[in-house]
Amino acid sequence: MNTQQVKPMSQPSLARKQPLLDMRQAKIVKNITVTVAAWLVALTIFFPIFWMVLTSLKTELNAFSTPPALIFKPTLENYVAVFERSDYLKYAWNSVVVSFGASIIGMVIAIPAAYSMAFYPTKRTQGVLLWMLSTKMLPPVGVLVPLYLLARDTSLLDTKTGLTIIYTLINLPIVIWMIYTYFREVPKDILEAVRMDGANLWQEIRHVLIPITLGGLSSTFLLSLILSWNEAFWSLNLTASKAAPLTALIASYSSPEGLFWAKLSAASTLAVAPILVFGWISQKQLVRGLTFGAVK
Amino acid sequence: MSITKTPYVRLATLACAVSLSTATLAETVTIGTVNNGDMIRMQALSSEFEAAHPDIDLEWVILEENVLRQRLTTDIAANSGQFDVMTIGMYEAPIWGANDWLVPMDNLPASYDVNDIFPSVRGGLSANGTLYALPFYGESSMTYYRTDLFEQAGLTMPSEPTWEQVREFAVALHDPANEQYGICLRGKAGWGENMALFTTMVNAFGGRWFDMDWNAQLESEQWHNALEFYVDLLGNYGPPGASSNGFNENLALFNTGKCAMWVDATVAGSFVTDDSQSQVPDQVGFAAAPKQVTHKGSGWLWAWALAIPVSSDAKDAAQEFVTWATSKEYSRIVAEEHGIAAIPPGTRKSTYENDAYLEAASFADMTLSQMQKADPNDSTLEPSPYTGVQFVAIPGFSGFATVVGQQVAGALSGNTSVDQALSNANRVVDREIRRAGYQD
Repeated sequence: MNTQQVKPMSQPSLARKQPLLDMRQAKIVKNITVTVAAWLVALTIFFPIFWMVLTSLKTELNAFSTPPALIFKPTLENYVAVFERSDYLKYAWNSVVVSFGASIIGMVIAIPAAYSMAFYPTKRTQGVLLWMLSTKMLPPVGVLVPLYLLARDTSLLDTKTGLTIIYTLINLPIVIWMIYTYFREVPKDILEAVRMDGANLWQEIRHVLIPITLGGLSSTFLLSLILSWNEAFWSLNLTASKAAPLTALIASYSSPEGLFWAKLSAASTLAVAPILVFGWISQKQLVRGLTFGAVK
Repeated sequence: MSITKTPYVRLATLACAVSLSTATLAETVTIGTVNNGDMIRMQALSSEFEAAHPDIDLEWVILEENVLRQRLTTDIAANSGQFDVMTIGMYEAPIWGANDWLVPMDNLPASYDVNDIFPSVRGGLSANGTLYALPFYGESSMTYYRTDLFEQAGLTMPSEPTWEQVREFAVALHDPANEQYGICLRGKAGWGENMALFTTMVNAFGGRWFDMDWNAQLESEQWHNALEFYVDLLGNYGPPGASSNGFNENLALFNTGKCAMWVDATVAGSFVTDDSQSQVPDQVGFAAAPKQVTHKGSGWLWAWALAIPVSSDAKDAAQEFVTWATSKEYSRIVAEEHGIAAIPPGTRKSTYENDAYLEAASFADMTLSQMQKADPNDSTLEPSPYTGVQFVAIPGFSGFATVVGQQVAGALSGNTSVDQALSNANRVVDREIRRAGYQD
C-alpha cells in the first residue's frame, strides 16, 4: 500500500523537478558562457597593455625577435635607461597639472552650460548641442596653423597654461554633452520642490543637482582626465622643453635608426601607470556613472 | 633670539640671491633632436659641455624623426623661436639656408678645422656657397652580406656588385622554409624610407626624377626597369611583408640572421657588428651599394647636422654648443668614454686617417669609400636640374615623394601594376612641380 501510495506521489514530484533541473542547468550554462565571454573581452582589451609591459622587460633584440619571445630573462634595464635619459617626474607633473586643470575648468564651464540646456531648453538648444559636437568632427591638423600662431602671439607656446586651455576647449563639447544627458535624467519636479522651499540657483545646483548626478559627473570628469592625459597631437605641436607632458616623453623614444621597442614600451608603461592607478581607484564611480539612468 | 638669527637669515637670503642670480644669468639653449644612438650619446656627454660652460644650460627636446621635422618646420616658418639648435638633414639645410631661416656658419674658429669635413657633406649642407649647418654624423649606403652563407654556397661578393649580381646571389641564398631570405630592402612607403633606396636604384639604372626642363621622368624606361627589378627582387627573394619593412625592421631581420644581404645606410655598420645587438656580428661583409648601368648616385648621401635658426635668442651660446658637438674634441671624448668605434661616422676626414678607428670599425673603409663617391651635384647619368642623391632638394619633394613611395609599395605588395604605379606617380609629381612653378 505504502509503495503504491508513494509511487503516484513521486511521479509528479519528479516531473516538477525535471524542468527545475533543466532551468538550473540552463542558468549554469548561461553563466559560464557570459563569464567566458566577459573574460575573453577583458583579456582582448587588456592584451596590448600586457604586451607593452612584457616588451618593456625584454632586451631590444628580444623585443624585435620573430616569433615573439614568450620565455626570456626579464630585465629592468629599459626602465633604468628611461630614468637616466629623461626627467620623468617633470613630464609626469606637467601631465598631472594640465589634465587635472583642463578637466576641472571643463567641469566648471560645462555644469552651468548643461544645466541651462537641460532645464531651460529653447528651440535652438538642440542646434547648439549639435554645433558643439560638430567641432569635434574637424581634424585637429586643420586648425594647427591658426592655433599655433595664436599661441605664439599670446606667449602661450610651451606653457602649461596654453596646453590647459587647448585641452579644456577640445574636451568641452563631450563634457557638456555627457553632463546634459545626466541632467536630463533628473525629474524637474525635484528641482521645483527645492525652489518652492526657497533655495536659490546656487543652492539648487550645489545641494541637489550635483549630489543626485554625482556618479555621472565623476565619470565625465574621469573621461575628460583620460582624454587629456592621452592627448598627443597638441602636446607634441605646442610644447618643447618646459610644458611637455608624458605623451611627448613617449614620442622621444621612437627612433628612425636603431632598435627602440623595449625602451619605448618602458616609457609607455611609465606614462600610463599613473592614470591606470587613478582609474583603478575610481572605477566604482566610473561604472556607477556609466550605468546612471540605465535602469529606472 | 631674533638678533642671533638675523645674520644667518641674511646670509641665507644672500646665498639664495646669489644662486638665483647665477641661475638667471645662465643662458638656456633648447635643442631639438632625433632619437638615435649618436644623438643620445651626445645628450649624455653634454654634461661635459655644461661643466666647461657654466653660463649655458642645455634643454633637450627629443622627438620621432617625422614629428621633429614637422615641429621644426612649423617653428622656423612661424619664426616662433622655441628652438635654439635644430637637428636637420641635408634636405632641409640648403632650402632653409636659402630662405635665410638659418644663421650662416661663417665665423668658425680655426681650431674647428672646417676643411676636415668631407667636401660632399659640406656641399650638401650649404646654399649658394654658404655653410648653414654643422654635420654631426654622415652616411652613405652600402651592401651588407653574410660571409658564412656566401662561403657555404661557394659565392664571392665583388667589392662593387651590380644589381643583377645581387639578384643572382639572392636567388641562390633564398631559403624561406628556414626563414633565410635572399635580400632585405626597404619597402615601407615614405620619402626617407623606400624612396631613399629606390631613388638610388633608379640612379643606378640610369634614371632621374626630372629632365632639365623639370618634366617628371617617372614613366621613363629607366624607372620602369628599376621598378620591375625591385618588385621582382624583393617580392620573390625578400622576407614576407616586405612592403612594411623600413630601416629598423630590416636591421632586426639582419641581426637575427634572416637576411643573406641587405642594402642600407652605412651607419648600420656599427649595429650589425655589435655583439650586444647582433646574433651574427662576425659574419658580416661589406660591399659598395650596387650599381647597374652607372655607379653615379648608386649610394646615397645624408648627414644629420646641427643648425641655428635666426629666430633663436641665444645664438652665441647655441654656436658654442654646435661647434663643440661637431668638433674633433667631441670625437676624442666619445672615443674615451665609449670606445673609438663609437665616434660619429661620415663627417671628418681625420676620423678615417686614424688607424685605431680603422682597426676598431671593420665597416670604416667601405663607409669612407662610399662617402667619397657620393656627389649630390652629379648623381644622375643624364643631366638633371636638381641637387641631392636620394632626394631632390626642393620644397615639396617630401610630400610628392611620399605619394610616389606609396605607389612603389603598392606595386611591391601586388595591389597595383608597375605601369599603373608609375603612371599614377608621374601624374602626381608633374602636377606638383607645375603648381610650384618650376616649369615656367
